[in-house]
Amino acid sequence: MDDVVVTSRIRLARNLSDVPFTIKMNDYDAGLVIDRVRDVISKNSQYRFDFYEIRKLPFLKRQVLIEKHLISPALVSSKIKSAVAIDQNENISIMINEEDHLRIQVLYRGQNIQKAWEDANRIDDFLEEQLPYAYDETWGYLTSCPTNVGTGLRASFMLHLPALTLLGYMKEIIETITKLGIAVRGFYGEGSEVLGNLYQISNQITLGQPEEDIIANVVSITNQIIEQERQARLKLLNESSSFIADKVYRAYGILKYARNISSNEALKLISDVRMGISMGIIKETTIDKLDVLLNLIQPAILQDYFGKEMTPEERDIKRAELIRKILE
Amino acid sequence: MMCENCGKRPATVHYTQIINGVKTEMHLCEVCAKQKGTIEFDAPFSVTNFLAGFLEPAFGAQIIKPAFETQITCKGCGMTFEEFKRSGRFGCAMCYNSFSEKLYPILRRIHGNTKHVGKIPTKMGENLAIKREIDRLKIELNVAIKNEEFEKAAEIRDKIRELEKKLSRE
Ligand SMILES: [Zn+2]
Ligand SMILES: [Zn+2]
Repeated sequence: MDDVVVTSRIRLARNLSDVPFTIKMNDYDAGLVIDRVRDVISKNSQYRFDFYEIRKLPFLKRQVLIEKHLISPALVSSKIKSAVAIDQNENISIMINEEDHLRIQVLYRGQNIQKAWEDANRIDDFLEEQLPYAYDETWGYLTSCPTNVGTGLRASFMLHLPALTLLGYMKEIIETITKLGIAVRGFYGEGSEVLGNLYQISNQITLGQPEEDIIANVVSITNQIIEQERQARLKLLNESSSFIADKVYRAYGILKYARNISSNEALKLISDVRMGISMGIIKETTIDKLDVLLNLIQPAILQDYFGKEMTPEERDIKRAELIRKILE
Repeated sequence: MMCENCGKRPATVHYTQIINGVKTEMHLCEVCAKQKGTIEFDAPFSVTNFLAGFLEPAFGAQIIKPAFETQITCKGCGMTFEEFKRSGRFGCAMCYNSFSEKLYPILRRIHGNTKHVGKIPTKMGENLAIKREIDRLKIELNVAIKNEEFEKAAEIRDKIRELEKKLSRE
């Protein structure tokens, strides 16, 4: 798969004009919006959606959906009734009554932002035909928060940047691209450490630029970061090849033979091995397998995979077992 | 409640001023409020204010900065601008128009821009697309005139007229 881009994501924020926005909604309004959207979605013949009311979902299932990035934590903690429609391939999700009435999200693995945009746009067209969108000639799509008004569009990439992080370039890069209207978010663990060297890059500006330009801008900055990451990997390989080879093989060794492993440790090691594969050091496994692991090691998805609830201690054992099996 | 100044129109703007812990309120209609807004408050208020400021060091009086907050309320959902500032969220689609004047600087700060140029919902009709095309052509026209490309300018002008006709027909 892709050596740097882990996932590509498009999100569109939409609201109905004839219902208060979620901050002013009661449960009754919220229920009506859910029913209306569910009704419209069910008429769609192109995709098959499964529909879930969040309150009716068991705790573990909610967590699984969060870990798969199909819903946001905000949807789960919503004070009003909320729901989600998820397509059978689990690329598309339509969140109802999150911060906005509708959040259309399309997520693909690798560098696939164009495809994600086309899907999101098509679903948006379909919903718009049957629902009265809150839209204004001047302001565009009206959103709950002024930071999303206009296109309501967020285009984002999850990037794996181990070499730039290792060489200490990330701080400077983040400072530079923040000035260009791009937001950078890390998966932060304890302290200020970024978990798994995974960073999310997305546009901040949603008003005053057409969708295509917003996406092109994020793509162009992302491409520059990708290029820098590849250069950084080459630099590491050329200047400290034995250090790097030792680092990635140690990581591979632990993953392959550990009997007890936490999700944080696994994430760090997967990151190292993933980099090692892209550098041509490790040939025993593939980036594809590691990206599968990236998902499976998460606490709720892991329990879902084994079909039972587990204590943290049990999870660490089962996690190690699963990693060994996949790296076999 | 009627306007305290003219007594003719309903009071929609409410001023609150706190001096030395004493709260004074004023309820005005929009017309009177606009006048007051530029002239400041009438004598009693400003004199008190001035004196309070003058005497402050000697008496250690504390002065809370007068709050001239016009209470704009959204007709759609009843949200006040204060409420919006606190939550950062709008209450309904009408809020954008209710608070529109105050929104320009906010949106400019966030997006560096105040005009949507992206997707138009097809249901909103071709009209909007045509209007936007006219806006674009007008810019092109200005450029052509500036560059003294009069033949091209005439062409663009004809295109604009054609589109405007199409608009008025609908
Ligand atoms: Zn008056
Ligand atoms: Zn409102």
